[in-house]
Amino acid sequence: MIRPIAALDRRTVVKAGAALGLAQIAAPFVISARGETPIRIGVDNPLTGTYAAPGKNENTGMLLAVDQLNAKNGILGRKIELQIEDSTSGDAGAAVQKARKLIERDNVDFLVGNVNSALAQAMAQVSNEKGVLHIVPGGHTDGITGVNCKWNVFRVCNTTRMEANSICPLLFSTYGKKWHFITPDYAFGHTLYEGCEANLKKLGGTVTGNELTPLGITDFSAYLIKARAANPDVLLVLVQGNDMVNCLKQISQFGIDKQIHVAGTQQELEPVEAMPPEARVGIWMFEWYWKQPGNTPGLDQFIADVRKRSDGKVPTARTWFGYVTIHAYALACEKAKTIEAKAVAKALADLEMPPEIKMQPNKVYFRGGDHQLMLSAFIGELMHKGDGDPENLFKVNHIVAGDSVAPPVSETGCTMQMPA
Amino acid sequence: MTPDLQKRAAPWLHVAALAAIWAALIAAPFWMPLFGGYTALGSRVLVLGLAAMSLNFLLGFTGVLSFGHAAWFGLGAYGAGFVLKWAVLSSPVAVIAGTLFGGIVGALLGMLLVRRRGVYFAMVTIAFGQVFYYIAFQWSSVTGGDDGLRGFERQPLDFGAFRVDLLHDDRAFYYFALVCFAIAVTLMAFILRSPFGRTMIAIRENERRARFLGIPIEFHIWAAFSLSCFFMAFAGALYALLNNFADPRVFHYSLSGDFVIMAVMGGMRTFWGPLLGAIVFVVLQDYISSVTVNWMSFIGMLIVLIVLFFPRGILGLVERRTA
Amino acid sequence: MLQLTFFNVTNGLIIGAFYALMAIGLSLILNLSGVINFAHGGFLVIGGYLAYTLRPYIGFWGALLVAPFLTALIGLAVERLLIRRMYGRDPLYSLLLTFGLAFIIEDATRQMWGANGLPFSVPEALTSPLSSEFFFITGYRMFMVAMVAIVVAILFVLLRYTRIGVRIRAGTLDLETVSALGVNVRALRSLNFAVGIFLAGLAGVLAAGQIGLEPTMGDGLLMPSFIAIIVGGVGSLTGTLLGGLLIGVASGLTAVVFPSASEAVIFVMMALVLLVRPRGLLGEEGMMT
Repeated sequence: MIRPIAALDRRTVVKAGAALGLAQIAAPFVISARGETPIRIGVDNPLTGTYAAPGKNENTGMLLAVDQLNAKNGILGRKIELQIEDSTSGDAGAAVQKARKLIERDNVDFLVGNVNSALAQAMAQVSNEKGVLHIVPGGHTDGITGVNCKWNVFRVCNTTRMEANSICPLLFSTYGKKWHFITPDYAFGHTLYEGCEANLKKLGGTVTGNELTPLGITDFSAYLIKARAANPDVLLVLVQGNDMVNCLKQISQFGIDKQIHVAGTQQELEPVEAMPPEARVGIWMFEWYWKQPGNTPGLDQFIADVRKRSDGKVPTARTWFGYVTIHAYALACEKAKTIEAKAVAKALADLEMPPEIKMQPNKVYFRGGDHQLMLSAFIGELMHKGDGDPENLFKVNHIVAGDSVAPPVSETGCTMQMPA
Repeated sequence: MTPDLQKRAAPWLHVAALAAIWAALIAAPFWMPLFGGYTALGSRVLVLGLAAMSLNFLLGFTGVLSFGHAAWFGLGAYGAGFVLKWAVLSSPVAVIAGTLFGGIVGALLGMLLVRRRGVYFAMVTIAFGQVFYYIAFQWSSVTGGDDGLRGFERQPLDFGAFRVDLLHDDRAFYYFALVCFAIAVTLMAFILRSPFGRTMIAIRENERRARFLGIPIEFHIWAAFSLSCFFMAFAGALYALLNNFADPRVFHYSLSGDFVIMAVMGGMRTFWGPLLGAIVFVVLQDYISSVTVNWMSFIGMLIVLIVLFFPRGILGLVERRTA
Repeated sequence: MLQLTFFNVTNGLIIGAFYALMAIGLSLILNLSGVINFAHGGFLVIGGYLAYTLRPYIGFWGALLVAPFLTALIGLAVERLLIRRMYGRDPLYSLLLTFGLAFIIEDATRQMWGANGLPFSVPEALTSPLSSEFFFITGYRMFMVAMVAIVVAILFVLLRYTRIGVRIRAGTLDLETVSALGVNVRALRSLNFAVGIFLAGLAGVLAAGQIGLEPTMGDGLLMPSFIAIIVGGVGSLTGTLLGGLLIGVASGLTAVVFPSASEAVIFVMMALVLLVRPRGLLGEEGMMT
């Protein structure tokens, strides 16, 4: 194995973290059997480019989970080793190359990735070819647990259909029936729009227009001019990431939020943190949020642990995705009593996440039929001025159970082919 | 010294070097793992190396600066993908189709482009490359858009008596790619050694003088451009087979830039230089990006260093020493 | 429909003004030194981030003034240390150099300021729109256009009436003669480069107010700048200005009828210009062949 020399060596970080974790336990540590090989987990996620921020946050969650597990004797008594590779934010060739490297050269037992759904799908082809268990923490395209579902691939984050189903009824009943859309012009955007449109039609509303915007466009003024002219009740902003930031900025600059209700489906803390306060408008859905009403077991500890690893910042949904991914794998291995891929996949199906891992109300589990995690939808509104807590940018109003908004497996297009 | 002069100076050295190169390439799947390599990496190096050599055909031997050559690479990839997805389930047919697609489009557009030279030509090629990038991205019903062209895979080679499974057997695919590489490279060498090739070099050395000698410059540049497009598309088709998909990034100017760097790093004026450059660049990038998240800075610094201190590339250094 | 079109044309001019600012900086450097500055987007990013860092100390207006100058200084250092060595050589090498530089700048900004985007608010005074009718003409966008107009006007005045300006223009046409006339060509090139980078830095500060800060924000602006130069004509600054405005308007108009093509249309324009009038609208025959 090549020994890296750079100070930013990830393996050193993991080992140092494990050592720290060990030092914190009061109880005596049981030494694992000599000659026990570690369990290798390969992470193929973006560390550079547009998705670097969510990628990094997912990694933070994963590293925390690994350290926690290693402090408690790892999985099935074996230590966990995390090998992190940069998939880049958009080069599918590189992502696939790294996946092959992790599987063939580094012999990982478990593959994780990717934030970019196109890259996630490309990697899934490789992991399926090689029969390696693969969890996608944050890649959203529906196909991963839909038409392209595979026996060895599981996904943590939402599908576009779940997102649309969770928020549309509320928007309709609260704000009205004429909706205008700003949709990013690529697969994810199109399916998101289709989901919302289907919901709207079912409820009896109308679409006043759908602006398809090129990815990466910085100036939404032309589209907002048209949206304003159409005079809808609700303006749904489906663009994500930096596009979302720019669009909301311009919406607030043009004063559109004062005339039309602004909403959308998926929202994430990463772009929200990049927005100036006046741009924080609208009703949105988060896949997980750190400030929840009531008392959630495990949450405070999680927030504290993450703050230590991220210069005092709070965990985002991405951090939680990474965290759940590793813990879910550990739980499934323990249940199957082996790390062999087919057995673990069987154990993971219908596996329910315990309270300290799921950190939300409602039952959270991987649905057996399509390997999609039934995570809750946190619906609420963004706040300009917060509620006295400068870090709290979103007010959670409802937490809707995942399996109540997910379409039945028969409608996802997934026909799972189990291996022989 | 041109490769030809070198050959005359010490023919046995030339033959020995060639033999060594081919021996290393053929035995690669066996010695690579010893150094932490893996067969898929070798296939990738081969395909990208061929692309760099195709670019060098134009850049190093004719002296024309095309910084958007990934466009033809991408067309080759998508061409091969279209065929495998919708037409014929055959790897060789897909490769040929991709080559023709990229080559013909390149030849046609070349007529527009070759009237410009130097820096302006470079800018126009960059912009054209991006046109294809946008088309691949936006025309998602046909190209799959951001997700890329999917749903196809390499088909096994059916020789009647036995089949070669290119899809699941990494080594089989490596040798398939090597055979393709050998065909392309032999053809390239043949062209470069011909009177046409001589003319290309003459144009590179001094365009004005070549013009005074009565050589039809525009035609030759167009021909060299078109040929390099065909070779480039060939490499692109192989790339689609390597990945089992084609995504818009194959058109992006950053990939074009990578090819130029490989050619320069290895030695622009030499025949095998770009392959060497590809080996160094791909392996280095693969290694550095595993080790540090700041790999972009390192690659950037490497490029700057090469440009400042080693403009003739690795083989250029070697040549100077043996000259 | 007419009103929509009118709105979009006006909007397009606003966008176009910004493209023009970037493109003029790029053009200055290209014309005099023959260098395609792939790192131009990177300098834009540096300008924006410097403004972000300086703002708590000297406020928005202070940052607006100082950040472009600092960026220009960095540009000057880069020119003297690195780019200067490329002048005698094949244009390939300067292209590669700036290409590598772009990588370094992107990574360095990500390292120093983090991968996540950073918010950058504009002063209250500038935020409100002109009227509820013309809601999309916000104070800030007017300000941007005004800044671009002022800076471009100053640039043109400098180029036309000052000695240095004349030398730069002469150098664009025939550097050898200018050198033979005893002008310090090296200093001229450095200054020219610094001015080009100043414009990039300024564009960065203006962009920060409009689209926020993010390490990859320069990427999307490089291509339109190239195309503005190709469309307007290589070698002509007025052409570049015109080119920028034209592609902005084209983009805005396309958004009315065919929204998803609003970015692709600028490439179509480029292809048209190359077919019909390869030297560009205001380009001069013989430039850059």
